[in-house]
Amino acid sequence: MAKTIMTVDDSTSIREMLICTLKQAGYNVIEAVDGRDALTKLNDAKIHMVITDLNMPNVDGIALIEEIRATPAYKFVPIIMLTTESHPEKKVQGKQAGATGWIVKPFEPDQLLAVIKKVIG
Amino acid sequence: MDASDKFAQTYLEEAGELLAELETAVLDLEDDMENPELVNCIFRAMHTIKGSGAMFGFDEIADFAHYVETFLDKIREGELAVSKEIIDLILVSRDEINRMLNALNNVETDEQDRRDEIIKSFAQFADGHSSGLAEESEEPATPSDSPPQRSTKQQKVYRIRFKAGPDLFLHGINPLGLIAELSELGELQAHFLPEYIPHLSDIDPEKCYLAWDMVLNTDVEENAIQDVFIFVLDKSEVQIVNISSAAEEGSGLQPKLGEILINRGDVSSNQVKDALTRLGELLQESGAVSREKINSALSEQNTAKKYRAVSKPTSIRVPAEKLDFLVNIVGELVTTQAQLSQAATGVTSAELLCAVEGIERLSEELRDCVLGIRMLPINTLFSKFKRMVRDLASDLGKEVDFVTEGAETELDKTVIERINDPLVHLIRNCIDHGIETPEERKRMGKPPRGTVTLTATHAEGEVVIRIHDDGNGLDSEAIAAKAFEKGLIESTDNLSESYLFKLIFEPGFSTANSVTDVSGRGVGMDVVKREIDSLRGAIDITSEQGKGTEIILRLPLTLAIIDGLIVSVAKEQYVMPLHCVKECVELTRDDVEKAHGKRIIALRDELVPYIRLREEFSIKSEEHDIEQVVIVETEGTRVGVVIDEIIGEKQAVIKSLAKVFHGVEGISGATIMGDGAVALILDVAQLVRTACRREEAMYH
Repeated sequence: MAKTIMTVDDSTSIREMLICTLKQAGYNVIEAVDGRDALTKLNDAKIHMVITDLNMPNVDGIALIEEIRATPAYKFVPIIMLTTESHPEKKVQGKQAGATGWIVKPFEPDQLLAVIKKVIG
Repeated sequence: MDASDKFAQTYLEEAGELLAELETAVLDLEDDMENPELVNCIFRAMHTIKGSGAMFGFDEIADFAHYVETFLDKIREGELAVSKEIIDLILVSRDEINRMLNALNNVETDEQDRRDEIIKSFAQFADGHSSGLAEESEEPATPSDSPPQRSTKQQKVYRIRFKAGPDLFLHGINPLGLIAELSELGELQAHFLPEYIPHLSDIDPEKCYLAWDMVLNTDVEENAIQDVFIFVLDKSEVQIVNISSAAEEGSGLQPKLGEILINRGDVSSNQVKDALTRLGELLQESGAVSREKINSALSEQNTAKKYRAVSKPTSIRVPAEKLDFLVNIVGELVTTQAQLSQAATGVTSAELLCAVEGIERLSEELRDCVLGIRMLPINTLFSKFKRMVRDLASDLGKEVDFVTEGAETELDKTVIERINDPLVHLIRNCIDHGIETPEERKRMGKPPRGTVTLTATHAEGEVVIRIHDDGNGLDSEAIAAKAFEKGLIESTDNLSESYLFKLIFEPGFSTANSVTDVSGRGVGMDVVKREIDSLRGAIDITSEQGKGTEIILRLPLTLAIIDGLIVSVAKEQYVMPLHCVKECVELTRDDVEKAHGKRIIALRDELVPYIRLREEFSIKSEEHDIEQVVIVETEGTRVGVVIDEIIGEKQAVIKSLAKVFHGVEGISGATIMGDGAVALILDVAQLVRTACRREEAMYH
């Protein structure tokens, strides 16, 4: 059965790119525009993985990761964060919050899929 | 519109919206300069413009936005206070980005200048503060960007110890996935180390207590292995050591204690192995190391061994004398084994007989194996001739194609070395005497280019080499005339072609009309024949006038051992090379009397001349009533050799005779029999030649 991945990003273009890439690779995608949207959409849905941006309005990526990890159902779900070269401290925070791994923007669709494969096989 | 164009379009729309958002926020900020949420909003908009811009190839926008973002970050962090000037500057940069979005693809240089100006202005504000605007990041790049580069280079062996961090699960990491990923890189052996698992009562099910020792045999670089662990490096213990490089460096080091003891003969290698097995047990008992760690070390050793096996050259060079020595020893072994077999014939002990049979089989295998080592492909010889043929042909103004077949055929090294000169001579002859000039060939209706074919094949324990040319063939009349002139024959009548062709192997025979540079330099076909004979080989020639000539060489695979037929005359044993023995028949006194003094026996409907070994070797003893005749065939001639008894077959290791006996006709060497007696090996070809000569003398 196809695995479900939640993508969280406030940038429409990046979201579109993520969704397009993931769907082409055969994953189901749940789309969220920021952390708050993501948390409402999670709502006990069966999710195999979360890909989230860090800088987002409302609930940002770090807070989202902490929230997800605090939810028993998603305690062990892999979370990949989208980071940039210019904010290394964000990555450290994200890791502390419980992120599984990261992808540095900008990235190519192939790199994204390689990381997903690495994390959920 | 393809996917990336679509994304770009989305980005342009998105960036436009973000800029509008940003503008509103900046204008609000002007009224409420202390509001952090507004700064955050502005920052996020700029951040997204930058990040997404870089994603979709808007590098100029991304670069510019990066400066603005970095500056905004300082305000966000409270390092800079918002001022009217700063707000103006943000608005100017917003307009600049807007211009860039609208005027894509036609960037003018003055725009770049303007941008630099804005960046400079930002820099002025930032000046005096801790860091510059364009800080560089040392963070590792995105992991696993592309499948790790599999080079076709060397195989390497890595020792990897991976002790997963306790909170691995809580980060959504499945350590088994990492091991699966590693195994995609090459041959992986993983040993689980259970020693880090606490007692059941102490286990926190959400914690990870797993650890592995792994040995990976792969061709990827260490970086690629690091990449596998990139997400867990800071949470887990990961050690990656390239042990193949260590193994290479270590190979030249001083020998180990065990090796020294073995070399000195103080202990056997088995004893050392035993002790080493116990080493692991000892260490384990003393609690120094766990069983799993020993197992893991053992598997590393195995992989390292395998690695050495594959990465080291698969051949070694050994001086030829060593091989000769080995062949000699094996010869002795075969001899001794024969003695043993003979001694065991009177024994009834099944146990002993079984062992004797085992030794017999093993020594045969060993002999074949050792002789096999001495085998070389004939190719080494063939390839040399190519150039020779080419040069020779052009010297003589002839056009010749040289074709070789069966170059992979293997022959004893000594044989290969010794047939070089004969082959050179034969091939020269083909080109000099055989192949005609192009004009002549055209006149004969042949293609102007002649062909010389050199073929090697295995046949019945022999190697057959054929040298064929499509030249004008042998002229039997010319040969007859020449032989007559040289006194080799007494008349030119009634001689078969095959007999005449053989004459060219007689000493001093040369049919070339003139002495050329190529042939006729004193080395005649007789030398070739003598050399082939001395190799226990045979030479044959067939020819058809105008069509071509073929010379066939039959050579033994090896010179060290022959399969022989043991015969006896007056209780003395002799060995006849089995390859020339055709059959054995009895010779009774009746047969002898019926032949009226002629030494001929009727073999089915053929009359075969025979010789008596007793007479050839001047042995003085009584003839048996019933004698045996061994029919041998060499060079196409059948001759019987009369002996007393046939004893059996034997593999004879050839021992050369002392120099004093080299001139003795009819004997090519000696061998040691099972009982320690010496048996002479008969030179059948020479015996037959002698017999034929004598017979011809009788009839002519």
